[in-house]
Amino acid sequence: MAADASAPPLARRIPRPGLISAIGLAFVVGLVLWLIINFTKSPSTFVQVSVYGLTVGCLYALIALGYTLVYGILELINFANGDVFMLGGMFTITYSTTFFNLHEGQGPVIVPILIVTLFMVMISCGLINALIERVAYRPLRNAPRLAPLITAIGASFIIEDIGLIFWGPNYVPAPSVFPTSSVLSVGGVTVTWNMLIVFLFTIPVLLMLLWLVQRTRQGKAMRATAQDMDASAMMGIDVNKTISFTFLLAGALAGAAGFLYAYNVTTVRWDQGFQLGLIAFTAAVLGGIGNLPGAVLGGLLIGLIQNWNEGLPWHAPGSDWTESIVFSILILILVFRPEGLLGERTPEGG
Amino acid sequence: MTDAAATTGASARSGDEIGFRNQLRARWGRLDPAQRAAISIGVIILVSIPLFFLDHALGFGLLTIGAIYWIRRLPPLPWRIAAEAGLVLVFLVAGPRSLAALLAIAFVLSWVPGKYRPPAYAGAALLLAVFYPFYAGKMFTVPIFGVWPDVSTGVYMLVFIMMAVGLNIVVGYAGLLDLGYVAFYAMGAYTAAWFASEQFAHTRWHFGAVGIDPTLPGVHVTIWLLLPLAGIIAAVSGIAIGLPTLRLRGDYLAIVTLGFGEILPQIARNGDSLFGFNLTNGPNGITPIDSPGFGHGISNATGGFLPANYLACCNAKVLGHQIQYTDVYFWTAILLLAITVFCSLRLQYSRLGRAWIAIREDETAAAAMGIPLMRTKTWAYASGAFFGGVAGAYYGVYKSSTFPGDFFFNISVFILCMVVLGGMGNVWGVIVGAAFLAYLNQEGLANTGAWLNSNIHVAGWRPNIDVPLYSGGIYGVILIVVVLFRPEGLIPSRRRAAEFHEGVHDQPLYDVTHEQAHFDAQGAEV
Repeated sequence: MAADASAPPLARRIPRPGLISAIGLAFVVGLVLWLIINFTKSPSTFVQVSVYGLTVGCLYALIALGYTLVYGILELINFANGDVFMLGGMFTITYSTTFFNLHEGQGPVIVPILIVTLFMVMISCGLINALIERVAYRPLRNAPRLAPLITAIGASFIIEDIGLIFWGPNYVPAPSVFPTSSVLSVGGVTVTWNMLIVFLFTIPVLLMLLWLVQRTRQGKAMRATAQDMDASAMMGIDVNKTISFTFLLAGALAGAAGFLYAYNVTTVRWDQGFQLGLIAFTAAVLGGIGNLPGAVLGGLLIGLIQNWNEGLPWHAPGSDWTESIVFSILILILVFRPEGLLGERTPEGG
Repeated sequence: MTDAAATTGASARSGDEIGFRNQLRARWGRLDPAQRAAISIGVIILVSIPLFFLDHALGFGLLTIGAIYWIRRLPPLPWRIAAEAGLVLVFLVAGPRSLAALLAIAFVLSWVPGKYRPPAYAGAALLLAVFYPFYAGKMFTVPIFGVWPDVSTGVYMLVFIMMAVGLNIVVGYAGLLDLGYVAFYAMGAYTAAWFASEQFAHTRWHFGAVGIDPTLPGVHVTIWLLLPLAGIIAAVSGIAIGLPTLRLRGDYLAIVTLGFGEILPQIARNGDSLFGFNLTNGPNGITPIDSPGFGHGISNATGGFLPANYLACCNAKVLGHQIQYTDVYFWTAILLLAITVFCSLRLQYSRLGRAWIAIREDETAAAAMGIPLMRTKTWAYASGAFFGGVAGAYYGVYKSSTFPGDFFFNISVFILCMVVLGGMGNVWGVIVGAAFLAYLNQEGLANTGAWLNSNIHVAGWRPNIDVPLYSGGIYGVILIVVVLFRPEGLIPSRRRAAEFHEGVHDQPLYDVTHEQAHFDAQGAEV
């Protein structure tokens, strides 16, 4: 998102020696070779796994957008974002089943129920995220950088415990209401409705977000605040309100991700948010933190990598190693290209 | 950030009579002593009466604390000494006598003149700790928290204090946030497990492992070599993590360390067939690990003072106390902790320690003064990791096992919480914070929960809360409350407190707005 050319770069990079970039190149070439071999061995599996990966990637992208929005404006890692996502899943289940008595086999009446639930979840999660900012981050805006990071971790643990208190220590089941019939099936590759819904949701959300940040007054205020808080305050922008709005937006996106997750995976547990949140944060860093399309690209890539790793037939490390691989990517990206794939915080603000 | 500064935290607090708390304090200061005494005694009695009905001990406890508060404000001679003697006498006659003894020690310590206080306090704390196994069973029951911690809990506390003191070097001295400290703990524990167990059963290599059956397969190295070895391995891995990542700014560094903290336990979990080699025995963990000992030669030479093997030791009865093997582990842990604290204190005032503080306060200025940033930060990382590794190895040996499930992210946050609560940068504060939290984690939360569930009942309703289940949220609340209201911790280091209240210039120099915003505070200090 928003940006500023004069702000310090995330890390001062030392010039990379040739050897290291050669190793990096060799690594990427090896990865591509591995993918090609897998593709030639069984093309349909490869494509199917990739489609799954893109679906998961959309969820990561929604959460990553939350991280990137907040980082863009405050340069703060909102650790609680992943847990707000978990709460989104929990809210989805509670709202739709207790308020609207949603269950399987109801016919087309589920469509309005789901839409109302989605909006309620997005509003709830947005408000919670804004509340976290108000309580845990705003008083520390002038403190050393360490301080808000520590409260962010505290907030994350508290949100997890809220999930634990209200929804218990076990998996909470969601009614499986998304249709799983296939939309299109080409040569052994099927795209089902529940996967398509995720795409149909994420793409307009991203476009709306881009429009909001680049074309509206509120978006202008956000970009200005990200560039220079003092100057924008002098120009009459209510900085606190703008930051609250950003957190609201990030929370709403996390809530929407929680909604999609709850109906796609059909179970949510109180401690799932943190791990998925970290993976989504990796996605945000991979794409270039502060950069909205970057977050989406990073999310899709991480989703693909995760599913390739877990689903490809030839020499895939398997799901035991997913976290190690994702966090290794995080570390490698931070060390060798801290600005991410698309570059961090481009002046165009998007 | 002038606009925000006027309305928020740090600057509002430093005003003299701004805010409810300061107004109250100022009004309190204008009262005369008799009025203050009357008000506070009234308040204490009013509060303790309902508490008395809730739990007798709690009411008495509050009255005692109120009494001590006022005794401390009496004119020293002869009133204060008489009142102190009187209070001790009351408990000596009416019991619990252990409380009388504790109060007597505290009162005597409070008479030590200021110049000799630090060594007197440290010495008394050390003595009390060393003799803890002898009187642990005879201590009074604390309201809410219940009985005093067990000696085995004591070992756990000491190990975590050690880790907290180690993390304090990274977070407190050098100001680098490390969210993956658990990795060094794991490294230490697995080092001990590899070199002192039957994990590698296809070889047989014994090196000074006295007290172990010499025919056992596997690698068996004496624990006294393993402790420093574990520290060195952890430190080297700390350097390996640090070198590529320490260039990154603070919050990115936190993320990278967090990533390592997640990767290492997963490698441990999946390490039962790394390319066909069983490195870590996977989720089943490595157990048993050899128990430490000095062997029969040294044991006999010292007249049995140093045990031949910790697990098969101790039939002596000293001062009416049957010495058990946990006691021996406890004393060894005290020795290790004493070494850690000594090193940490020496490091703090060394050239390196001052360089860490300089980097924490202003990286750019430190670099301009000729401090090599990378090398200094790496040293902070390595020293912190060293103590984490030693503590991990010792804890692995004490538990005689190591499992990948011991090394969750929660542990990293738990140790960080100890450092933040106690006071970043102050070893004594970190020790107190770590002791308290480790105790809470092991016994305190369960005891508190039991107290809550048995003492609180409204018309037949009882809370029935499983308090230890919510430990994560409790630590979260502690982290937030401490950082918001007392960022310098319970026992602050004076320097660190000033940084938190006046703000520091820890931004890169080319950020002009920040430069300006912090200029006043900096100028005032210099």
